[in-house]
Amino acid sequence: MPRLKIDLPLFFGLLLLSAVSLVILWSAGGEQSVIVRNQAIRITVAFTGMLIVAQVRPDTWFRWSPYIYGVGMVMLLLVLIVGYTGKGAQRWLDLGLIRFQPSELMKIGVPMMLAWVLARRPLPPSTPSLFYAGAILALPAILILRQPDLGTTIMIVMSGTLIIFLAGFAWRSIGKLALLGAIAAPFLWQLLRDYQKQRILTLFDPWSDPLGAGYHSIQSMIAIGSGGMQGRGWTQGSQSQLEFIPERHTDFIFSVFSEEFGFIGVLLLFTLYVAITARGLYIAFYTQDTYSRLLAGSLSMTFFFYVFVNVGMVAGLLPVVGVPLPLISYGGTSMVTLMAGFGILMGIQNHRSLMSR
Amino acid sequence: MEQLELKDYLRETNLIHARLVALMIILGVLTSILILRVWYLQIYQFQRFNVLSTDNRVRLIPVPPVRGQIYDRNGKVLAENIPVFTLEILPSEVADLDALLDDIAKIVEVSPHEISKFKSQVQARPDFELQILKLNLNEEEVARLVVNQHRFVGAHVQARLQRYYPYGGELVHVLGYVGRINQRELESIDRKRYKGTEYIGKLGIEAKYEDFLLGEVGFEQVETNAHGRIVRTIDRDPPISGQDIYLNIDADLQVKARQYLEGRRGSVVAIEPDTGAVLAFVSNPVYDPNKFVNGIDHRSYNALRDDINRPLLNRALNGRYAPGSTIKGLVSLAGLQNGWSSNAVVTCPGYFQLKGSSHRYRCWNRGGHGPTNMLESIMQSCDVFYYQLANFLGIDKLHEFLNRFGVGQQTGIDLIGEPSGLMPSREWKQRVRKNPWYPGETVITGIGQGYMLTTPLQLASVTGTLANRGRRIEPRLVSRLTRVVGAEGEVQSQQLNGRVLDALDIDVADFDQVIEAMQAVLSNPRGTARRAGLDAQYSIAGKTGTAQVVAIAQGAEYDESKLSEFQKDHALFVAFAPVEKPRIAVSVIVENGGSGSAAAAPVARKVMDYYLLGIDADQPAQPAVAAHNTGSAN
Repeated sequence: MPRLKIDLPLFFGLLLLSAVSLVILWSAGGEQSVIVRNQAIRITVAFTGMLIVAQVRPDTWFRWSPYIYGVGMVMLLLVLIVGYTGKGAQRWLDLGLIRFQPSELMKIGVPMMLAWVLARRPLPPSTPSLFYAGAILALPAILILRQPDLGTTIMIVMSGTLIIFLAGFAWRSIGKLALLGAIAAPFLWQLLRDYQKQRILTLFDPWSDPLGAGYHSIQSMIAIGSGGMQGRGWTQGSQSQLEFIPERHTDFIFSVFSEEFGFIGVLLLFTLYVAITARGLYIAFYTQDTYSRLLAGSLSMTFFFYVFVNVGMVAGLLPVVGVPLPLISYGGTSMVTLMAGFGILMGIQNHRSLMSR
Repeated sequence: MEQLELKDYLRETNLIHARLVALMIILGVLTSILILRVWYLQIYQFQRFNVLSTDNRVRLIPVPPVRGQIYDRNGKVLAENIPVFTLEILPSEVADLDALLDDIAKIVEVSPHEISKFKSQVQARPDFELQILKLNLNEEEVARLVVNQHRFVGAHVQARLQRYYPYGGELVHVLGYVGRINQRELESIDRKRYKGTEYIGKLGIEAKYEDFLLGEVGFEQVETNAHGRIVRTIDRDPPISGQDIYLNIDADLQVKARQYLEGRRGSVVAIEPDTGAVLAFVSNPVYDPNKFVNGIDHRSYNALRDDINRPLLNRALNGRYAPGSTIKGLVSLAGLQNGWSSNAVVTCPGYFQLKGSSHRYRCWNRGGHGPTNMLESIMQSCDVFYYQLANFLGIDKLHEFLNRFGVGQQTGIDLIGEPSGLMPSREWKQRVRKNPWYPGETVITGIGQGYMLTTPLQLASVTGTLANRGRRIEPRLVSRLTRVVGAEGEVQSQQLNGRVLDALDIDVADFDQVIEAMQAVLSNPRGTARRAGLDAQYSIAGKTGTAQVVAIAQGAEYDESKLSEFQKDHALFVAFAPVEKPRIAVSVIVENGGSGSAAAAPVARKVMDYYLLGIDADQPAQPAVAAHNTGSAN
């Protein structure tokens, strides 16, 4: 019988995170067993998915990369044409039995495709290769932005950018692009929707409109701040329990966590996240082939960017975009995708020798 | 892996390793930024945010929606919401809870029961939620409390809407009632939808249509002062009222039908055959649902539960009775479908014997009916004819045919917990009783005895199907849902019709023969229900029935006369009218009423007279329209 391919440090780190998720959801969900139970079911499904994915050899992923990307693109186009609209955005594809969000597939499909393209060319990539890569990244990003789903777009662009960065995109060019971005910012500003502009403005001075646009931001900051060193105790956060906090069991769950578990709890949670990310980067470092390195590095760091963007937005550092706190927020789709990513990482770690040349 | 161009493996490895190290550094920097930010909020600015948190003056208060009202088919209110005043306490504002309760008790009467209930609520719920201390304050109590408000910080007099059923118990077996949400329900509901709502449908229409009646919760963002009192409303997201429900029930007919039962235990179900609309759905005795709204006390509840007449039992829906001879029309139809000639004559000597058996199955008429054809067998309810016919058909054909008609099957009415009754078969007997089917059991199935069980609703529905000449339709209590859309009070209405379940492929001529015989039951001088059919101004088809009571009411403490009363047979009658264009199909069951012709048939006749002609049999002197009593009948 073949051995189950698994990476124990990652596995236990993720298990610990899931436990934290269930504990904080009991409090954030208003002590409803149904919420905790649903999340537990999702975690079980996601872990099962991860373990299955972990058994796949990375060279299989390498071969499949263009197809996964291609299927994802077709589905994204279908969504725009016949997709199901939920909560004002058109993101879902009804496959009869299940509803499927193609943008989730692309969270893995885009970095795979870019790694496939760049790994087959000499690195650092030539200018034509870069343009090619840029197009591969831009096409799905534009389609997802049009759904509209800003949060997912940002994360997909981030994962692709990480691949290009890992492939050796010149530092000097990065500097030039940054400069260009700074110049283009005023024009990009014009392209944003009104509510998006509002969110960014609120970030700079939430207290200018404490009961309007700044309300969520302020309430969330009050929740975090009043947690202090030790926190108010599990299920005892008045900000959280009184429902000052919007979406408290989904996107804003971090403010519930920090109000109830305090600075000490937050440090422990960050330690867990950083450890998981570092383990992923370690796997990327010690694997043997370019494709696996690029993919592993991107998947790990993207995971951390979720944490950064979510905590940044809840703590008033970044504008509010819909990005969940990975593996802790209530919700299923993004969890399954993330865990599939970790499955790929485990596969890479366990098939290291197979891919060496 | 294939290589498109020449690659320098070592150089690439070094390049990516360098980039991975860069990512490690970025990881460190970003983590530091997050830690610094959280440190700034939680440690450096802790004092400020802590004060802000405790002083948080902006609150989100849920505004519960108004529950939809329920009307009968003529727009009479059956369930409404009336304002009541309650005394509620916000524990977080109270320094000394016991002292406050003592002070309040000096002004208004608070029972120990109310105090213990209140205290257990306070323990179970967060202290920033209002908890009810006393319900239904009268005007004087409200005045006294408001005048002394300054002395009672944390006590609030609130006006709330409470469910009220103006007809009292008359419709309790249809409407059910609402009650306080209990712990078990709290676990299963979407709490967001029930924010601020205390009541949930427990039974009947109130439970079945809970989702429509409830409405959507609204929110108010309010600013409060240091004591938690609301200073002003900042923003308002109004609630959406629940949908109003119009029933097919005719409340007047419902009240009258129960009156016609004259206090006897039993049920009356009336259905409009063409649409499946349920016109009356009576189960007697009844109880007052208004007592359940705020939780009935244990003594009253135990009294209801232990009442020998079992008022809590919804007989129309859940009562299961042997259909007795009411089934004979259908058995005849089964015969005609399976090669039994309508002219075939069975000689009734007063009993029937299976070949090779000495057991005698008796006819109700000990002297025997003599030579009997199908028409006479229905008209006079000859048992021997049906022993013979059932034996001819066999249980498999009987089961198949009656099942298709809906005997032993849920009707699909819009109520929760409808039993299916029982239409026995070989397979059922083997599965449940672990025994083979015996021929004698087929014989008694022919007269609706033995294992066969039907509900009053099922009997009415089956009779409706007969009236429809085989078109089986789901009975419906609710006719439509309405809601107000838009600011102009525009009403949007959604019609709910019963589905047609089946259109049985049976020769219309066969139906006509059976229905003609059922007409003779009332119109022929020798018919079993001739007295109930006397002087009818429209044509009626009906069938009497008597169901033996199998189980005797338990308990030796009842005296002899009581016991024998509960041993008497149940009286049954099913009918529809007018035969040419049926407008009403009725089933009547009078528990322990004796014979169907004497106890049940007259009730059905009165119900049909009232519905079809507007004549109230109990007040023949006055025109019925003027005699309608629409008031409360507690």
